[in-house]
Amino acid sequence: MNTQDSIYKTDALIAENIEEYLEAHQHKTMLRFITCGSVDDGKSTLIGRLLYDSKMIFEDQLATLEADSKRSGTQGEEIDFALLVDGLAAEREQGITIDVAYRFFTTEKRKFIVADTPGHEQYTRNMVTGASTADLAVILIDARKGILTQTRRHSYLVKLLGIRHVVLAVNKMDLVEYSQEVFDKIVADYTAFAAEIGIETFTPIPISGFKGDNITGPSENTPWYDGASLLPHLEAVEVEDSREQAGPFRMQVQWVNRPNLDFRGFAGLIASGQIRPGDEVRVLPSGKTSSVARIVALDGDRDMAVAGESITLTLADEIDCSRGQVIVASQSPLEVADQFESTIVWMDEHDLVPGRAYWLKIGTQTVSATVQEPKYEVNVNTQDHLASKTLDLNAIGVANITLDREIPFAPYDESRDLGGFILIDKISNQTIAAGMINFSLRRAQNIHWQATDIGREHHASMKHQTPSVLWLTGLSGSGKSTIANIIEKKLARMNRHTFLLDGDNVRHGLNKDLGFTEADRIENIRRVGEVARLMTDAGLIVITAFISPFRSERDMVRSMMQPGEFIEVFVDTPLEVAEGRDVKGLYAKARAGQLKNFTGIDSPYEHPEAPELRIDTTEMTPEEAADLIIARLIP
Amino acid sequence: MDNKTLTHLQRLEAESIHIMREVVAEAENPVMLYSVGKDSAVMLHLAKKAFYPSPPPFPLLHVDTTWKFQEMYKLRDKAAKDAGMELLVYQNPEAQERGINPFDHGGLHTDMWKTEGLKQALDKYGFDMAFGGARRDEEKARAKERVFSFRSANHRWDPKNQRPELWRIYNARKAKGESVRVFPISNWTELDIWQYIHLEGIEIVPLYFSAPRPTVVRDGLTLMVDDDRFPLNGEEPVMRSIRFRTLGCYPLTGAVESEAKTLPEVIQEMLLTTTSERQGRAIDHDQAASMEKKKQEGYF
Repeated sequence: MNTQDSIYKTDALIAENIEEYLEAHQHKTMLRFITCGSVDDGKSTLIGRLLYDSKMIFEDQLATLEADSKRSGTQGEEIDFALLVDGLAAEREQGITIDVAYRFFTTEKRKFIVADTPGHEQYTRNMVTGASTADLAVILIDARKGILTQTRRHSYLVKLLGIRHVVLAVNKMDLVEYSQEVFDKIVADYTAFAAEIGIETFTPIPISGFKGDNITGPSENTPWYDGASLLPHLEAVEVEDSREQAGPFRMQVQWVNRPNLDFRGFAGLIASGQIRPGDEVRVLPSGKTSSVARIVALDGDRDMAVAGESITLTLADEIDCSRGQVIVASQSPLEVADQFESTIVWMDEHDLVPGRAYWLKIGTQTVSATVQEPKYEVNVNTQDHLASKTLDLNAIGVANITLDREIPFAPYDESRDLGGFILIDKISNQTIAAGMINFSLRRAQNIHWQATDIGREHHASMKHQTPSVLWLTGLSGSGKSTIANIIEKKLARMNRHTFLLDGDNVRHGLNKDLGFTEADRIENIRRVGEVARLMTDAGLIVITAFISPFRSERDMVRSMMQPGEFIEVFVDTPLEVAEGRDVKGLYAKARAGQLKNFTGIDSPYEHPEAPELRIDTTEMTPEEAADLIIARLIP
Repeated sequence: MDNKTLTHLQRLEAESIHIMREVVAEAENPVMLYSVGKDSAVMLHLAKKAFYPSPPPFPLLHVDTTWKFQEMYKLRDKAAKDAGMELLVYQNPEAQERGINPFDHGGLHTDMWKTEGLKQALDKYGFDMAFGGARRDEEKARAKERVFSFRSANHRWDPKNQRPELWRIYNARKAKGESVRVFPISNWTELDIWQYIHLEGIEIVPLYFSAPRPTVVRDGLTLMVDDDRFPLNGEEPVMRSIRFRTLGCYPLTGAVESEAKTLPEVIQEMLLTTTSERQGRAIDHDQAASMEKKKQEGYF
C-alpha cells in the first residue's frame, strides 16, 4: 500500500542511473504552501514529519534531533519532530515559533517551499506575510477540538490573501481512534463556514502527523477514507502557470538596462500573460505604444517569455519608460488611478495615523500615500465589522488611500503583483502595513485639473518677487507669532506682498472643525499647506506660525512646494523657558490636566533635523530673529 | 494559446534575478560578496543573466583570510575577469599583523578575518547593500532570515526586529549608516544549486571533484595539506582520493573520501550521502545556536 518508494528520491535510480534521475528532476515544478495552525495542533510536528519522510533529514541532524528530543522534547522517548523546525534560540526556549520560517523539501515531482508561521492572534502579521506568496494553504485542525476561533481566523486570512487551494488537515486522528464520524462532522462544519467566507472548494484529509497516517500514502487505520494522502495531493495540485499565463501581458519595469547609447532594455518580472517579439505593447501611465523588438538573454534572444519569468526586452520605438511604469498588451490596458479602497493589515507597533503621509510601494514603484480613517475594522475571529478610528498591530481594516500621483494597477483579486502593496514609515523606514487594492475611487477620474492661462510665474513677476513659504515651527510660547508679525511688518515696508497664516487664527475659521488629536493636527497642517501652496501660486510670500510638531507633516508641506520655496525656521526655545513665559496660561492648564494633547507636555514635539534656519530665542530678541530670517529670504 | 510550465529552477532563477535588479535599482553603492564556493558561482552566474548585455553593475568583494585553497584564488581571479567585473580583495590588516591563523587561534581566526574583515571592508568602501550567497536550508537560524536583512550602523542583526517581506515587494529603505545584506538565493537548496550548475555548465573550483590529494586526519576531519604553512606535528601527509562538499579555509575544511569525478557523480554522492553539508565545517559544532550568535555579531 505504501507509495513512498515511488514518490521519493528513489535511491535505486540515483545509484544506477544518475543521468536519468537528473533529467527527471529538471522538470520538477514548484509549489509554495503555508501551514496554518498552532503548536497545539501539531503543526511543527507535521512539517518535521514531511521533512523526515521525504528524507530531507541527514544522519547528523537526526542525531542532534534525538539528543534534543531527550533534553527538551515533549514526546517522551519518541522523536520530537517539532524541534527540527523551531529555529531561533529564544523561541526554542519558549517552545513557540515566533516568526516566518521557510522550509524546503523535494519529491520526484515537485520542490516545495513551506512557510511556517505561528498561529496565535498576536502573530497575524506573520501569517499574512507567509500567506502572501503561498499557492496553497494547509489548515490544521485538532480532531479532538474541531473548528475553533483560530480556524476561522486562519481561513479568513487565507481567503483574504487570495490563496486558491485549501487543504483541511484534520490532525491527531490517532487520538480519536481514527473515527470517521468525528472526521465527517468536522468536514460538515467547515463546509458551512467556508461558504460563509467565500472559500469555494477545499480538500479535507484525515491525518496524524505524529504517527504518519495519510501523509505519504493511504493509512490502514482509515480504511473509510479513499481520497489522496497529503503529500500525493500536494504533488498533484495544479500549479499557477496556466492561470497566470492566460491573462493579458503585464510587466512592471524594474530597471532600464543601458550598456551603451544604442541599447535600451527594459528589465522586469512578467506578472501575467506571455510576450513575443512583434507584440504590440503600451507603456502606462503615459499610454505611449510600441512593439517588442527583442527579448534579450545571455544565452541568445528568445522567441517567447511567460508570466513568472524575469526578462529584458527592447522596444521598436524610442519611447519614455522608466522604473515603476508598467508595460502591457496594447489592447488591454490597466486602470490608472490615484485613489483606492483597500484592505490593510497593520504590522507595526505604532498605530495608523490617518492623514499622515507614508511611502507606498507597489511592484517596483514607490509613491507617497495617505490613508484615511478606516471605514471599518474587521474582527479577524468573527469577521464582524467594527467602527474604528485607527488600526493597531495585527488589525485588519478597510480604508481609502490617496496617492500623490496616478499609478497603473489591478484589483488584488486579479493580480497579486499589481494589486498588493506595502506601506513604509517615512521616518523609521519600517514596513508598517500590507495592503490589497479592492477598487479605484471614481472621484479621481472625474475631477480634472483645470489648466489656467495666467500661471504662477506670471503672478510672481507682476509682484517682482519670488514666492516663498517661511514656515515657523516650535513649541507653544516659543515666540513664533511675535516673530512672524515683525517679519510681515518689515517685508511690508520693503514693498513685498505677504500673507501671515497664524495657528490660532486659522483654527477660528478654516480649521474650526478640528481638535488636537494626532490625526486632527495632521489634517490642520495639511490644509494650511494647501492654502500656502495656493498663495505661492498667487505669487505671495507666506509666513506661517504653527507649532507643527510632527516631522513627517512638515516634510509633507515641503514636498507640496517648488524646490527651494519652503524655508523651515525652527524657533528653538527650551520647554522650561516657554513654560516659564506661558503668555496664554496654557502650560498651567495642561499641567493641571485641563488641556489634553498639549505639545511638550503629553504630546511630542519632533525637532527639525535639518531646518533652513534655527533661531535660538534665548540668545536673540524677536527683532534680531526677524532680521536674520529676512536676510535668508532676501540675500 | 500554448502554455509553458516553468520548472522549479526557472522559478528560482526568476526570483533571484528579480531580487538582484531590485537591489541595483535601489542601492547607492551595491557589492557582491564572493567567496568562490559553489553558491557564489551560482550567484555570479545569475547576476550575469540579470544584467545582460551590461556586465553586472557592481564589484565583487572577496573578504580573504589568506588561508583559502590555492585553487580558489585561481578561479576567483578568472571568474571576475570573465564577467568583466572589478574584483576587490580585502584582508583585515590587524589579523595580518598579529599573524592570526586557524592553527593557533581557533575561533578567533574566523572572527578576525571573516567577521571583522567583512565589517571593515563594507565600511571602507561605503557599500550600502551587499549580496551574499547564504541559503535558508543551510541552517535553522537562516530559515527565518529575510531576503533583505538589515544591519545597524555597527553591522548587528536583530532577529526580533526584521521587516515583514510580502509578495515580491522588498523594502530597501534605510537610514544613513545602516546597510542591507541581500540573499538572492535564499530559497535554493543544495540540490537546486548542484542541478543548476549541471544544467547551466557553470565553472566551479576543481576541489569539488575527487582527485588524489595530500591529507592528514585530525580530530576526525580529513584535512588537505594545501601549502607549506600547514604545521605537521610529525605527521606524514597521505595521498587520498578526496573532494570537498563545502569550501572555506583549508585548515578548517574537512574533505570526504570520494571517487566522484564528474558533476553527476558528485550529485549522486550528495543524494546518497547521509550527513548534512555543514558537517565538514568546524564553525558550527560549538552549540545549537552558534550560527544565530555569529550572525548577530555580524558574520554573514
